[in-house]
Amino acid sequence: MSALTNITLKAALDGLKSKAFTSEELTRAHVEAIEKANPHLNAYVLPTFERAVEMAKASDAKLAKGEGGDLEGAPLGIKDLFCTEGVRTTACSNILGEFTPTYESTVTANLWRDGAVMLGKLNMDEFAMGSSNETSRFGPVVNPWKAKGSNAALTPGGSSGGSASAVAADLCLGATASDTGGSIRQPAAFTGTVGIKPTYGRASRWGIVAFASSLDQAGPIAKSVEDAAILLKSMCGHDAKDSTSLDVPTPDWPSFVGKSVKGLRIGVPKEYRVDGMPEEIEALWRQGIAWLKDAGCEIVDISLPHTKYALPTYYIVAPAEASSNLARYDGVRYGKRAEGKNLIELYENTRAEGFGNEVKRRVLIGTYVLSAGYYDAYYVKALKVRRRIAQDFDQAWTKVDAILTPSTPSGAFALGDKSADPVAMYLNDIFTVTANLAGLPGISVPAGLGADGLPLGLQLIGKPLDESTIFSLAGALEQAAAFKAKPEKWW
Amino acid sequence: MAIDAATVRKVAHLARVAEPEDRLEALAQELNGILAWIEQLNEVDVQGVEPMTTAVEATQPLREDEVTAGGDPAKVLANAPKSADGFFVVPKVVE
Repeated sequence: MSALTNITLKAALDGLKSKAFTSEELTRAHVEAIEKANPHLNAYVLPTFERAVEMAKASDAKLAKGEGGDLEGAPLGIKDLFCTEGVRTTACSNILGEFTPTYESTVTANLWRDGAVMLGKLNMDEFAMGSSNETSRFGPVVNPWKAKGSNAALTPGGSSGGSASAVAADLCLGATASDTGGSIRQPAAFTGTVGIKPTYGRASRWGIVAFASSLDQAGPIAKSVEDAAILLKSMCGHDAKDSTSLDVPTPDWPSFVGKSVKGLRIGVPKEYRVDGMPEEIEALWRQGIAWLKDAGCEIVDISLPHTKYALPTYYIVAPAEASSNLARYDGVRYGKRAEGKNLIELYENTRAEGFGNEVKRRVLIGTYVLSAGYYDAYYVKALKVRRRIAQDFDQAWTKVDAILTPSTPSGAFALGDKSADPVAMYLNDIFTVTANLAGLPGISVPAGLGADGLPLGLQLIGKPLDESTIFSLAGALEQAAAFKAKPEKWW
Repeated sequence: MAIDAATVRKVAHLARVAEPEDRLEALAQELNGILAWIEQLNEVDVQGVEPMTTAVEATQPLREDEVTAGGDPAKVLANAPKSADGFFVVPKVVE
């Protein structure tokens, strides 16, 4: 039934509405595809097929009566960071054990409200800390793409590696993901999919396992720009349960895809030309500039002078917030417990056994930069540089409507390649992390293939709350790039 | 501000993560590698810059001071590794 899995979400929604197929048929086709592919790709850590078929049948009943929401009957995958009521949620960490939430995250509740069907929970880096999906307790996710003439297993990126791999391999029509430093956009770029992180505060963080609360945002990974717009519209909206949720209306984003971008001013920041960047990334960027120029945009050279300080800033702010957020894993209230002869030992042993090495590293860094004597030198300093980075963007918005950059400094790399060197791994997020620090929307659009046949992405960064413009621009890039490549099925 | 094994021991204890003695030296090196890379922030002039604590400037919303959730201890305890009689169970903390 590959015909039912290799279509876009939009095509599936149209097919459901016109009764070309039922949600049950669509869902079962995806179940079949997952059963075949998952032993090889490891994208799903917990399939929920029975629930999926039940939800599909309920959707079919609604569709038969001509009812149903914007996503009625569409099977999706859910990153294991989102709490799902009655369905084990672990953030792919051992410390959460068999934690089964008694509540539903707001973002997933919004998707179910609109009729979506849950296929299962998707793999990710432990607590979303990673850029290669190698820190998961369930083992790495494999990218469905392979380099030309090589059989090496590649990373789909991270932390939303399961989401990206599942969407690229047609194991769902779209997936939820989350982005703290690039965890939606980098995996999207590595797998030839579209990923958007909205403005901070658009998507409620309630019920999403917290990593770094001032940076975390949910968003979709999807097969097309239009699909991403449909999914994001359903996910977003004000939520009183998240005090940072913005009380602003959610625009009809799908209607902005395909709109003319004539006259829009596009900033090209010179600081994103980093040392050692492969020529093919530069070439792709030039191509993107040419495409937008052809579409009627005005290209403006801009400067974001504090760009090079974004990653070091992030690696103070994010671990500091993480060390505080992860203090809740104490072996007492939920998740895994390791015994100890007193309460302190119980905590220390539980956390030593439950956290993986990268998570421990960040908890220790975070604890250190927040500790007495170092708080001002590291943490407060980083918060000040963070404002400088945000001010760079404020300056840019006086001259341009959006910014175009590469999504990542390279294409997908082999599993194991960078896992020994934390800083080399962190550099993956060099182009994406600025949008998190400044709270801005950013989208990655597949724009071409590198010499090794692997997908590469371009990123558009927008003004606060101006996802509409970047959806229009992303649509123009998608149309010009005409990216139709799919990974060859080897599973 | 190089970190040594003793600092790692102290920080690990603050973070409530048991780290075996034979890991401390290696961890110190790893953390020093990351901190050395972070040191470049010292190049930035932040004179007079206010620390940025939130990505979007918004006033904190207030709501009526009333109970909106709770009253379901079974749900609260549902995932506890150990519980009894409506309580979480931990090792004895008072002699």
